Amino acid sequence: MSKAQLSVLTAKDFASDQDVRWCPGCGDYAILNQMKKVLAKLGAKREDSVFVAGIGCSSRFPYYLNTYGFHTIHGRAPAVATGIKIANPSLDVWQITGDGDGLSIGGNHLMHILRRNVNVRILLFNNRIYGLTKGQYSPTSEEGKKTPSTPMGSIDLPVTPLSLALAAEASFVARCIDVDKNLVEVLERTAAHKGSAFVEIYQDCNVFNHKAFSFATDKDTKEDHIVRLEHNKPLIFGKNRDKGIRLHNSKPEVVELGKGIKEDDLLFHDEHDEKLAFVLSRMSHPEFPEPMGVYYAVKDACYEDLLQEQIEDAIKQRGEGTLETLLDSGDTYIIESEQDQHGLQKN
Amino acid sequence: MACQPKPESNTNLLSEARTSAVVRFAGDSGDGMQLAGTQFTDTSAIVGNDLATLPDYPAEIRAPAGTVAGVSGFQINISSEDIFTPGDQVNALIVMNPAAFKAHIEDVEPGGIVVVNDSEFTKVNLRKAGYVDGYNPIEDDAVAQKFQLYKIPITRLNAEALADSGLGAKEVGRCKNMYALGLVYWLYDRPLDTTIEFLNNYFGKKKSLPKIAQTNINALKSGYYFGETAEIFTVRYHVPRAAITPGKYRKIIGNEALAMGLVAAAKLSGKDIVYCSYPITPASTLLHTLAQMRHYGVKTFQAEDEIAAVCAAIGASFAGQIGVCGTSGPGLALKAEAIGLAVVTELPLVVVDVQRGGPSTGLPTKTEQSDLLQAMFGRNGDCPVVVLAPQSPGDCFDIAIEAARIAMQHMVPVLIMTDGYLASGSEPWLIPSVDSLEPIQLRHAIDPEDFEVYGRDDRLVRPWALPGTPGLEHRIGGLEKEHLTGNVNYEPENHQLMTMLRRQKVEKVAERIPPVEPYGDAIGELLLLGWGGTFGSIHTAVQRARAAGKSVSQVHLRHIHPMPSNLGEVLRRYKRVLIPELNTGQLRMLVRARFLVDARGVNKIQGRPFLVEELMEAIDLMLADRFGPREFLVPRHHSVRLEDQEYDYSSREKVAT
Repeated sequence: MSKAQLSVLTAKDFASDQDVRWCPGCGDYAILNQMKKVLAKLGAKREDSVFVAGIGCSSRFPYYLNTYGFHTIHGRAPAVATGIKIANPSLDVWQITGDGDGLSIGGNHLMHILRRNVNVRILLFNNRIYGLTKGQYSPTSEEGKKTPSTPMGSIDLPVTPLSLALAAEASFVARCIDVDKNLVEVLERTAAHKGSAFVEIYQDCNVFNHKAFSFATDKDTKEDHIVRLEHNKPLIFGKNRDKGIRLHNSKPEVVELGKGIKEDDLLFHDEHDEKLAFVLSRMSHPEFPEPMGVYYAVKDACYEDLLQEQIEDAIKQRGEGTLETLLDSGDTYIIESEQDQHGLQKN
Repeated sequence: MACQPKPESNTNLLSEARTSAVVRFAGDSGDGMQLAGTQFTDTSAIVGNDLATLPDYPAEIRAPAGTVAGVSGFQINISSEDIFTPGDQVNALIVMNPAAFKAHIEDVEPGGIVVVNDSEFTKVNLRKAGYVDGYNPIEDDAVAQKFQLYKIPITRLNAEALADSGLGAKEVGRCKNMYALGLVYWLYDRPLDTTIEFLNNYFGKKKSLPKIAQTNINALKSGYYFGETAEIFTVRYHVPRAAITPGKYRKIIGNEALAMGLVAAAKLSGKDIVYCSYPITPASTLLHTLAQMRHYGVKTFQAEDEIAAVCAAIGASFAGQIGVCGTSGPGLALKAEAIGLAVVTELPLVVVDVQRGGPSTGLPTKTEQSDLLQAMFGRNGDCPVVVLAPQSPGDCFDIAIEAARIAMQHMVPVLIMTDGYLASGSEPWLIPSVDSLEPIQLRHAIDPEDFEVYGRDDRLVRPWALPGTPGLEHRIGGLEKEHLTGNVNYEPENHQLMTMLRRQKVEKVAERIPPVEPYGDAIGELLLLGWGGTFGSIHTAVQRARAAGKSVSQVHLRHIHPMPSNLGEVLRRYKRVLIPELNTGQLRMLVRARFLVDARGVNKIQGRPFLVEELMEAIDLMLADRFGPREFLVPRHHSVRLEDQEYDYSSREKVAT
């Protein structure tokens, strides 16, 4: 990336000419705006950026960016994104999805793109509701949720997206909030990761599930309900930074600092520790402050690179296949003219 | 040939020349019958015979040993003449156990050769095959009178011959297919070289098991010598080489040809093939074959399911390579929504449907043509695609190139409707020269100046603009597109225009399709119209009818949608049209709807190809105007009879196999 280009593109340059059609007040606006800023800041090339989405409110995202974009079908964006990366590994591919698209109809594909470690950044906008189909409960809606399809309350146990991503062998797992300052940081870290990156973004659907995440967004109380993760730093939280997380018999517990408990007694975050990441992913409101930031980040080989390596290895070992070698493959034999009865010969 | 021993004794032996022979190997699915059949095929190809094969194996990997369900068979028709089918009636059947005897004896011609491995005709095995206690068919006089029955204790002879091999009884037992093959090689006067070379390469070199290789070779030779010295057979058959076009050949299996065609298309277009697939019988061998071709730049992707496979292929096409996926009927059903996405986004895509018996899981290993209407219409909305069908194993190569060419040049999904019979059947294939393959010319949009995402050329094709191209950034998707700009658009008139454009674009593909030229008479009494894998049976039936002086002609469609532009006019030149299909009449429905022609059908839904005899009977009934009001007839028990058309649906009797 040349320096000239770095300075040329601004956030505005990443806006497409289409009117944004999300409901006024939707959390998606904040994410879109931050995304454009991050792309500009990182010096992304519009022509090399591809945004792929499935179906749902969040999946309209690609229409509003002046990059290449593909609004595919419900749940299948991971598969389309995988095909794009296999065909052209040099493209920067982002996948935008939601809790319905990514975890319900597309749950299977999400698991497989993560375990293959295809170099695609996946942003899952979690609003704990189906917005586009008008308010039914989603796989992340809380038990007992009353919606048009669950008038007596949902009897499904919700899924925790980050636990799922970790179990599926994701090499990068993070969480952030649509209106929180950590969104930009997390997006930047995500963009820098090589491999499948999975980010859950708490996003407010102000029409069908308003304030689902108010515990984590209300100015006065949020710092008591979230804990900001920093690599190699202790887990401290609270408006007055007077509380922390400690491991007791490998289980997390909330403790108050002082009264004999020092920072060194707390749990220190380690982005490379898969087990710790899983423990963190199980911490949920109201019992615990919910961790925000990068849970897990490790380097691992990408699927499309390994595939390309196999091709190069095969060419090294067997020579590059051509039309000539193709047509000459297998057990060939020559049949000469009919008169010549001795004409049979194996080639 | 080095390994063809000279007969020493056997002075009464007659050598009889035959123009063709239909040989079938049958045994338990663990008996190695597919390998024996394949070897007989390879040897016969190199000897210069024309040939056609029909493998027939159970869906279960190892059905209970010794049962009829577990029988695996391989039929091959070798000929000194041009042939198109694996043959109706079996001239020589080699069976390794009672279950195989039970499953296949009905297909042997009266007077035909039946070689049985009588070591295996034990009480226990007879019971497993479902014979009543106390009955052994090979001791039955009626059987002995009807066929030339040769009872040979293959298991025992093989074990004795290999007693010094140093291998255990189990490994020795595994060689008995080679013993049987050796015997059949002797009977049909074939050289052993090809198989010896194969055994040395496969067991000796590839698997580093030289001892196993040598033991198999010994079994093969022992079987051959047994035929020569035992003086059991009174006749030895000789099928001379066929008078086929001189040139360079190889034996080709349908799925192999299709894979090669896809790779050729990639080379001809300068694209990578990205083959995305989820394993499914009988399409999996496409994935296996292509996965071995990494050195051709082939990228294979075994997806997590059928939907992911087609979606990844679409992603690959969007990114500028040629996305291909292979599947069978159940998989095509799962891919329907995504194919619609490729239609509306107007991206190239090739989908191969290796058809099998349906509905649902159906008959995974048996052939059928019952996905045609699914291919045509099995999607939501008005959703036209191009539909092609190869007509022989070798034609799979040409059709794959044609499909990729149309998909990329017309920005449209193309469905290739092959079937289980073509996929695993084989024939000698005259290898085309590199120069005879036409390059696939492609144009990509590069200039932002006059770029319109859904602008169109004179063939109504939109530009293929690849991610990575500066200035052409655009968004596509499943929502209706606005004419020219490609933006999302819900206007009523725009939707109608776009629907018509998508339809017209596919119709215009017909402009590049050659007109049909009937085989036979230009104007006549009866036309047989077929498509896909039934070509060989129909062609043979038409040849025979014409040889008998009947005015019967043939048109076989390789392009089903759009159809060749002169088809309607051609159909009207014949007094009657008969459409044989391995379904209940899917092409017939299309033809009647499109051309208002009173086409009739002969329709077989047994998981097997047509017998030529069945078609001959249907031809005669058509020529005699005896179909009456019936739209179609079905063959039952190898015959098409008017009095046999009504099923008694209330009957509780099982249908005999």
